Formats: sequence, C-alpha cells, structure tokens
Amino acid sequence: MRGSGFVQSLRTHTGKVVPLDRVNVDTDAIIPKQFLKRIERTGFGQFLFYEWRFDVQGNPIDTFSLNAPQYKGASILLTRANFGCGSSREHAPWAIADYGFRVIIAPSFADIFYNNCFKNGILPLILSEERVDALFDRTGSGVPYTLTVDVASCRVYDDAGFSETFVIDAHRKHALIEGIDDIEQTLLLEEHIAAYERQCAPRSYFG
Amino acid sequence: MKTMFEKIWDRHVIWSEEGKPSILYIDVHLVHEVTSPQAFDGLRMAGRRVRRPDLTVATMDHNVPTKDRFVVVDEISQQQMDALTRNAQEFGIRLYDLHAVEQGVVHVMGPEIGLTHPGHTIVCGDSHTSTHGAFGALAFGIGTSEVEHVLATQCLPQHKPKTMEVRCVGTLPVGCTAKDLILHIIAAHGTDFATGYVIEYTGSAIRALSMEQRMTVCNMSIEAGARAGMIAPDETTFAYLRGRPHVPQGEAFDEAIARWKQLVTDEGAQYDACVVIDVGAVCPQVTWGTSPGMGTSITGVVPDPDQFATANERKAARDALAYMGLHPGTKMTDIEIDRVFIGSCTNGRIEDLRAAAHIVRGHRVSPRVHAMVVPGSGLVKRQAEAEGLDRIFVDAGFEWRDAGCSMCLAMNPDVLAPGERCASTSNRNFEGRQGRGGRTHLVSPEMAAAAAIRGRFTDVRAWNAPMHANHA
Ligand code: SF4
Repeated sequence: MRGSGFVQSLRTHTGKVVPLDRVNVDTDAIIPKQFLKRIERTGFGQFLFYEWRFDVQGNPIDTFSLNAPQYKGASILLTRANFGCGSSREHAPWAIADYGFRVIIAPSFADIFYNNCFKNGILPLILSEERVDALFDRTGSGVPYTLTVDVASCRVYDDAGFSETFVIDAHRKHALIEGIDDIEQTLLLEEHIAAYERQCAPRSYFG
Repeated sequence: MKTMFEKIWDRHVIWSEEGKPSILYIDVHLVHEVTSPQAFDGLRMAGRRVRRPDLTVATMDHNVPTKDRFVVVDEISQQQMDALTRNAQEFGIRLYDLHAVEQGVVHVMGPEIGLTHPGHTIVCGDSHTSTHGAFGALAFGIGTSEVEHVLATQCLPQHKPKTMEVRCVGTLPVGCTAKDLILHIIAAHGTDFATGYVIEYTGSAIRALSMEQRMTVCNMSIEAGARAGMIAPDETTFAYLRGRPHVPQGEAFDEAIARWKQLVTDEGAQYDACVVIDVGAVCPQVTWGTSPGMGTSITGVVPDPDQFATANERKAARDALAYMGLHPGTKMTDIEIDRVFIGSCTNGRIEDLRAAAHIVRGHRVSPRVHAMVVPGSGLVKRQAEAEGLDRIFVDAGFEWRDAGCSMCLAMNPDVLAPGERCASTSNRNFEGRQGRGGRTHLVSPEMAAAAAIRGRFTDVRAWNAPMHANHA
C-alpha cells in the first residue's frame, strides 16, 4: 500500500481563475489554527481562508472573491507576491487542494509552502508582476475567465491571446507529471544511508 | 574555501545526481503534536517504520493549556495530544509530554537539553526550526509529507539553497535587544528578501550576543523569508553547551569543540548575496501592521499608506491599518494596549524573562491591561522560579503560566478577543494569529513589560529616567 509520499499527478489543467488581490498571504490566513487540530489529511477545504470567507456567525462574506458567483468552481488561484509565507503547516496546501485548486499563480511564493505544494499535486506557478497584473485585469471583467496550464511544455494560456511560459525545476516537473512516491525513491538508497551511518555514526539520543 | 553552510551541507549529502535534489542525512528530527499525526498515519498506511527513533524526539507544545494543564477542555486538542502519545509509543520515540519537566516549546526545549549541536542537520515540522541555527547547525522547517519522509528514511531530498551573509557591524545601543535587531532588519529589507537563501549572520554585533539572543535572531529568519539562519559557533556557544544533557561530556566535549571550530566559514569563501546592517542605528521596534516587516521605531508614527512606493504596498498598508484599527500619524507611544504576552520560541527563554522582570520590578501592571508570562519550557519556568522572577511578575499583576506556545498562535485557550490589542514578544502579527480580530504588535520582552506597566507603548531606553522624561 502507498503512504502519503505518493503524489497525485498533474499534466495539463484547464480551469476557471479566481483572483485574490493581496500580497504576503500567510498560511494563518489560508487555514486558521483552530482547524489544525484535525488528525486527518482531508476535509480542510471547507476551512480555506475561513476568516475572509465567513463572518463570525459563519455566513459567507459577499465581498470576498471566492464567494462571488462568477468565480464559483474556480480551480486556479491568482494572487500576489510571497504567497504562503509564515508557518510550515501543510494543512495550507491540503486545504487549497481539498477546496479544488490545482494551480496557484503568483509573482513569488514562500519556500516551505512552495515545496509543500508539489507534495500535494498543486502547481505553484511563478509569473512576472506584469503578467500577473495582466491576468488580474482579465479576471476582473465579471465574465468567468479560464486558463489552461500545460506542465510538460511549461506554458499557461487562454483562448484570447494570452500565452506565457514559466519555469519549474526539471525534477519537480517530472514528479508532478508522473506522480512519484519520493519516500520509496529514498528508500532505494538504503545502501548509501547505511554507509553514511557507519561512517559518520550520528549521535544516538535515546537508545 | 567554503561557507559554514556548505561545509555542513556537503558533509550530509548521502547521494546526489544531476538534475535532482540532493539527499541529505538528518541528525535530529524534532516532532510536535500538530504537524505529525498525518505523517505517522502515512507510515502505517505504507507499512513503514521509523528508521531512527533514537534520533527523533517529540514534545507537546502548540495545543497545551498553560493553566490547569491537565484539564484540556478542547476535545480535539486532547485527541491530537493523545495521537502523539500513541504514535510515540508505537514507533518507539522519546516523548516529553506534560508530565516531563523538560516539556516546552520545541525550539526552546531542544537546545536546552543539548539536542542542538554545531554542525548538525536538524528538521522539524515547524518553520521556526531556524532557531537552532544559532549554534551553527543547519536547521529548517518542513511540511508534514517531509516529516513522514524523514521518519521513514532519516533523509530528506533538498534543493540546495543559496547563501546570504547578513553582516551586523557596530554595537547594539543600550535598551535595544536581539528582537529589535531582527525586527529592524525585516522592516528595512522586507519579509521576503531572503527567500531561497540560508542566512549566515556575521559581524561583531552578532559575536557580542548571548546564545539566547542569537536564538531570537535565527528564530525570525523565517520572517525574512529565509530557509534557515545560522551563526558560527564560538566560545559563547561552547560555554552554553558544556555540561548539558545529550552533549558529549569531559574529554569528548573538548574533542567536539575542536571539530566544531572547523565549521566556521573559511576566510575568502563567497556568499551568493550580502547585506550589511549598521546595528548602531537600531531603535526599540514596534510593529504597526499585519506582517512582521510592517514595523517602526518606538519614536516613530503609524505610516501613511499613500507614502508607499508601489500600489501593492499601498493596498497592503491600507488593509493592515483597517485591520489594526490605527490611523496614519499616530505616535507609537500613543497606542494603548489591552493585553501583554511574554513568551514563545522567540522570547520565552530565561534571559528574556530576566530582562522583562528587570523592567517590571517594583511596578504594577496598568489597570487596563491583562498581562501574562508563559515560560518557553518547564526548565525555564523552574529556573525563573528559583531566581524569584515569578514573584516579581505575580506581585506586579502578571499571570504566571505553564510552558507552551500559548498565545503565540492561540491554539490553546489563550486567545485574544476581537479588537483586543496585544503587545507580544512572539514572531507573527498576521491577521487572526492570536485570535480572530485580535491585533498583535511585535516587540521585545523589555518593551512588552514596559507596555504592560504603562498601558501603552513606551520607550524602554527612558525607563530608568525620571517619569516626566517618559511622557515628554
Ligand atoms: S512558540 Fe509560536 S512560533 Fe514558536 S513553535 Fe510555538 S507556535 Fe510556533
């Protein structure tokens, strides 16, 4: 049986885009701590951006983009620089994936979050500030806006002339397309791990 | 010629292949209750074991009540702690639970019991793992999938980060602390200036810091976006480590020192980037916004959003002021507060409590303020009580609590009410961090203590001057 080292694959994706026009969106905002107590990996989507999506009574806040009817069913999140800063909680990408997002587009991401996305079959896609601005313009028209992302060719485009390439590390790209189990891959290096342990004898704390 | 980071990195790479992340051996894996249950479940699902339970250490900190600690009213919190207890038992991992005097915030407890050594690779499912870099270790936070990876293999695939030197020259002015230094750096350079980098803090101002202060600086490296923060080990480091449990003893310790001395960055080694900080210009800091970089000096005012350079920054500042209930031009010293939290992995160590107690001694907490001190660990608490610090706080009207993360992230019952304004020694002032609608201002322990007494932010540099000087 597979452990959770196994990653769902993502080759191409076409979906509706929802804008979240804020810089420095932190993981406390993505998934507030009162929801971190669950001991499962699933079911976090309902709590995504909770304090922006719902008022204290639990009613949806109309002015928040995810609640607007034209963005219902969006699977691509368009946002600003340094997305995912703060805590390392993987609950953040779990919530994002569970809500239904497969791609996040931003000018930059915080390191740990960026890495956590790939572990969960989410593509954090980096575009320049100008191109992100251009996409914000397109999503703001009130008409549902759709993008297609092709991971193999590293291209994101719409059917009205927007097309841009993006960069991801070759190994991450391969993992995303193939959906590999990276724990299994490391376990295959047993010989090297054991050799290191013999040679360097990491200090045992509790025998 | 290598940097300290490169020496540690190279020594721990057990496998590397063109175009793939390197596989890094992990010397110490710290585990807490919030980011581990799904990792242990993953192991069970795949029928895997923990490869090196003897290099894995667990504690409970995020959820634990700091008052009546055995009465956990929140059932889900209790379940999470129970899950860690069961997982530790099943997989043979040493757990410091609520019954252990060592229990505490994982980044306070680890160094205290000697788990953090120079040259180590240390990971934990927690971004403030960067704290341990203060000893010249390579320490960084990881996600839960990676926690599972390390449990199963004691290794971690890692893309090699770039290196940045943050050279701190000059002398920290009297009344300014390591907290003010790191807040100053982040306010000046932004919360993402070190994204993709491991920072090494160097320079005379860093050498002059105690271990506790160095941990405060490295702790908040993540608030600068860095993967990790590091400080080369020196006599201060060795003096701190000597005699602690889990460090080599006697002759073996001297041998270890000789090895650790080899770790320092070679003369002439190149960093990928360098930032120079004039430490003499640091003032006591107070944040005014909802990102750790939104800070200013205690002598400053709440900024005008229109004065920021870019549209994104202007919008962020406007959103922040609306959330914080602040107006441009308000003097920081005119901002009244309701709560004070002294604690966390940033400032919950014994020196922090001593510094705060020094300010508090002989004063009373303002009637408008509810103040509490939450020691970072059981050992910090015990030491503070042995020194009588608890009496100073309690006599002044502070609550004196048990160890835990507490109001740093408010997963336990220590939560701000909507609209409450808090002077906090923690590391994050994000919206809702200390409770929905709660307003957090990050400060040093001294500044938090002074704010508790006055009911508003106060320049600690004038604390011992005559009263009229404080209100000038
Ligand atoms: S004290 Fe705060 S920052 Fe530190 S580990 Fe606990 S919750 Fe995280």
